Amino acid sequence: MLKTFKKGGVHPSHNKLTAQKPIEQLPLPKTATFINTQHIGAPSKILVKRGDEIKVGQLIAESGGFVSANIHSSVSGKVAKIDSVIDSGGYRKDAVLINVEGDVWEESIDRSSTLITETSLDKTEIIKKINKAGIVGMGGATFPTHVKLSPPPGMKADLVIINGVECEPYLTSDHRLMLEKGEELMVGITLLIKALGTERAIIGIENNKPDAIEHLKALSKKYKNIEVCPLKVKYPQGSEKHLIKAITGREVPSGGLPIAVGTVVNNVATAISVYEAVMKNKPLIERVVTVTGKHLAQPSNFYVRLGTPVSTLIEAAGGLPENTAKVISGGPMMGRSMVNLGVPVTKGMSGILVFDDAEGHRKPVKSCIRCGRCIVACPMGLEPHLLMTLSEKQMWEKAEEEKIMNCIECGSCSFTCPSNRPLLDYIRLGKSTFGAIIRNRK
Amino acid sequence: MGISLVYTIITVSSIGVTAAIILYFAARKFYVYEDPRIDEIEEALPAANCGGCGYAGCRAFADAIVKDNSIEGKNCPVGGNDTMSKAASIMGLEAVNQTPRIAVIRCNGACEHRPNTRNYEGASTCAIEAMHFGGSTDCQYGCLGLADCVASCDFNALHMDSETGLPVVSDENCVGCGACVKACPKDLIELRKQMPKYRKIFVACRNEDKGAAAKKACAVACIGCGKCEKECKYDAIVIKNNLAFIDSDKCKLCRKCVSVCPTNAIIEENFPPRKIKAEEPEKAGIEA
Repeated sequence: MLKTFKKGGVHPSHNKLTAQKPIEQLPLPKTATFINTQHIGAPSKILVKRGDEIKVGQLIAESGGFVSANIHSSVSGKVAKIDSVIDSGGYRKDAVLINVEGDVWEESIDRSSTLITETSLDKTEIIKKINKAGIVGMGGATFPTHVKLSPPPGMKADLVIINGVECEPYLTSDHRLMLEKGEELMVGITLLIKALGTERAIIGIENNKPDAIEHLKALSKKYKNIEVCPLKVKYPQGSEKHLIKAITGREVPSGGLPIAVGTVVNNVATAISVYEAVMKNKPLIERVVTVTGKHLAQPSNFYVRLGTPVSTLIEAAGGLPENTAKVISGGPMMGRSMVNLGVPVTKGMSGILVFDDAEGHRKPVKSCIRCGRCIVACPMGLEPHLLMTLSEKQMWEKAEEEKIMNCIECGSCSFTCPSNRPLLDYIRLGKSTFGAIIRNRK
Repeated sequence: MGISLVYTIITVSSIGVTAAIILYFAARKFYVYEDPRIDEIEEALPAANCGGCGYAGCRAFADAIVKDNSIEGKNCPVGGNDTMSKAASIMGLEAVNQTPRIAVIRCNGACEHRPNTRNYEGASTCAIEAMHFGGSTDCQYGCLGLADCVASCDFNALHMDSETGLPVVSDENCVGCGACVKACPKDLIELRKQMPKYRKIFVACRNEDKGAAAKKACAVACIGCGKCEKECKYDAIVIKNNLAFIDSDKCKLCRKCVSVCPTNAIIEENFPPRKIKAEEPEKAGIEA
């Protein structure tokens, strides 16, 4: 009997078109753009100015606070300008634009592919290196990793969970990484274990990736404190709280963080970046992006430098098909559609999904028929239809009493609604409004 | 039959009398003194319960006046000076005259000036659209056109112009309560000093991008060139973040800024038509 979380969840069709496509290296872009907010938290402070010569791996924006991250250049060349650019949401953000010239790396970065498994670094040094490398959660939430690894006083982790679930349909970047960089992943996990001082780590993988489960099980024989835990397929199992519940049965308290139940969850890609940062001195400058869609000529997994324009990736996957209605950053359940294709790849962009007219439009909204499907689907045990109504009527306090802030915005309610109601839209509105009310109270 | 009727009447009336006696003593016991002036002021207020004063409703506002024993900093925008002087006389205080305010929409990005570059299909409110992305045009600052302001208005003072896709303020109805100011997620609505005959001059733009980017997104965007600032004799105009702002308390409605604006971002409303000058014939009579 495979493990999973009990409450709610939905089963969207997997559509993992690129699961068997090896990761391809994408050539360097002509210009690269680095937005200064690629993570949750304070924006980074830009350090370079126009005309500066930049090397690959050079720090170009430094962390703007504790919850923030450094940003490094992924290309070499000259800074063309520091300007505001339109991000994927259509808002202007400060950014560094670099004209690419050659491919000159910082000398300190080890570019060889030899696996290093031993390190003499201690806990604080590892976290310091991770902080310096600007690593954030690469599954999409982009929470700075060094913050996760520094639990608040009085709290201690006893288990590291590695998130290899990839429950979003279409996306396969983590799947391919587990297959192709399994060794690095294992070393990365041992580093995370060391940084947190825990006994062991468990890798959670949904059983629609049997090859990855087998591969990592074979590798984990060498590492006695790492286990692989196959999980039943169910969305949103990639959510921290649900992954913890599925693997350990522990329940993160309402409003609490995973550390409250002694766990820290990190994504597979994050663990590999940790390996590269600690063992190879390589900051977070590259990532795997799945470019996919049923109508794309060649859906693929690309290993790209951050800052590459999205249009380049789509070109490499065979160009934008006719009738394209939407290009989404992330997966179909939680991703957001992009307003233009000139936006750069950022640290949290795990996939680019191209939808055509038939798939990409919302259906007409009808009345709520009180069927209760959203309640059944909600993995947090909330009543989405009620939260939507309260939010619509602007009854924010009442919505808070109904625990609107516990919503993880997975979209299961909107997915399952037979009347196509924009449940999550209103719940997000309620969350952000009530969040502002809480901030004003302080 | 007759006797049961008598019993019924006696029983019911005795219950009534007992209850009345209990209620009388209860009312004496739990009596709370309430300043009669609260009722009087509430009577004088317009009973719109719009919240424009910043309190939960007219009663709460009256309560606040009596509790603080002052009308300083308190204003009922709906009733205006008449109501406030009534309230002041009830309190035995000196009335403070307040300038009435009126809402203006600081976006003139009609469809022709600011074409749609993307579609929005989500829930039909501005608040949610603003949360999803910058809007369906290239201007992240402009009006989203989903009429949250119209829905928020209790006085029927706003409606959407179907041609421009922008909200329009009906000057006679607007009381300056500020409900629409709070409702607009793009912060486009401003309360300005109400001038004679509802005359208005304001910069109908909130775009803080640099000139070239602003102009590219919208033909009537303020590009922050500073011509109006130089033209203004009364120091009413300041340029901040590539955006001009006309202070309605200083503006003397001379209309010079309107004619120098290269992008027609400054709007004049409710003015008589200009005498047409030879060199600038087409600048006259710009309407919102």
